[in-house]
Amino acid sequence: MLRNLCKRMFKRSVWVYHCNTGACNGCDIEILNILTPYYDVERFGIKLVASPRHADAMLISGAVTRPTLPLVKRAYEAIPSPKLVFAIGSCASGGGAWFDSYNVTGGVDKVLPVNYYIPGCPSRPEAILFGVALALGLVEKEAAPIELKQVEFPIDMYERNEAWKKRNDIYELLK
Amino acid sequence: MWITSKIKQILMVMKPGIVTLDYPRQPAPAPTTFRGQPVWDHHKCLGCGGCANHCPARCILTRDVCQELRVMLYDGSRCTYCGRCADVCPEDAITMSNNFQTACDDKNDITTRLELFMLTCQRCGRCYEMEKTNVIDRMELRGFRYDNLERRALIRRTTDTFSPETLAATEQYQRPSR
Repeated sequence: MLRNLCKRMFKRSVWVYHCNTGACNGCDIEILNILTPYYDVERFGIKLVASPRHADAMLISGAVTRPTLPLVKRAYEAIPSPKLVFAIGSCASGGGAWFDSYNVTGGVDKVLPVNYYIPGCPSRPEAILFGVALALGLVEKEAAPIELKQVEFPIDMYERNEAWKKRNDIYELLK
Repeated sequence: MWITSKIKQILMVMKPGIVTLDYPRQPAPAPTTFRGQPVWDHHKCLGCGGCANHCPARCILTRDVCQELRVMLYDGSRCTYCGRCADVCPEDAITMSNNFQTACDDKNDITTRLELFMLTCQRCGRCYEMEKTNVIDRMELRGFRYDNLERRALIRRTTDTFSPETLAATEQYQRPSR
């Protein structure tokens, strides 16, 4: 079992490139925090590299602002082909409070294909570790969509709405 | 002399021992004061929409599907965990849990969808009485649904993106005077 674990952990050491796309530095500090001895992400073979050409994964923090947009794209293209993109922090994963601002593209997923989202403002170092472990296959995903209903309706409102829509569609067709 | 200094260094390093967290294998729960993912209690929720109006990231969207049904959608991907919704909730239906293990490969995994039954009066057909004494009016929370065309100006529909059509349609709205 230990051998399997080691195989999974050290077969491919993920070298990461850290890319700040207009973050407030909160997430960057947390990313640097997971390299400290207290969290020590290097035991998973993860190493921070300076150039995107050496990297396998890209840690993006910050909502992608307009000036950084071409640079982010260039950095993404410079990474050799099997590549992972982590969106760290709520700005990167969804745009944060600036998701509809004029100079912000609103999340990394509108620019690049994102593999893993790690929300949080800033995301806790343990949360980043959890996301990394999720990518390496060490833990199972915990988040799941939640649906809560106060009352199960006797009348199906959705059906009624759909019928109404269909009726309107027919009217539009007749026009 | 360098040997003694090295021995000193080794002793200094030995003193704290191993400090590294064995995190993904051993659980490391966050402190209770940590604000993590907000949790809804749908039995307590009134559907007043105060959280949707106060959310800085506007990640709680309010949609009225039909007369009796209001759908509140929480988009966790851009939530900043400020706890404003939990503060403003008049019924304490929202609590901030200390769950931080929300990493996922799909954005839709961190959403919460609430379907609320908005009760209407059997006599007048209105959703809620417009009086100064109720909790919501006292807190001046807008966003509650009134089944009255004039009062409907109170609804502030939160939209995902800025739409100029909605602005053009709602710019002339005024808060109704009593």
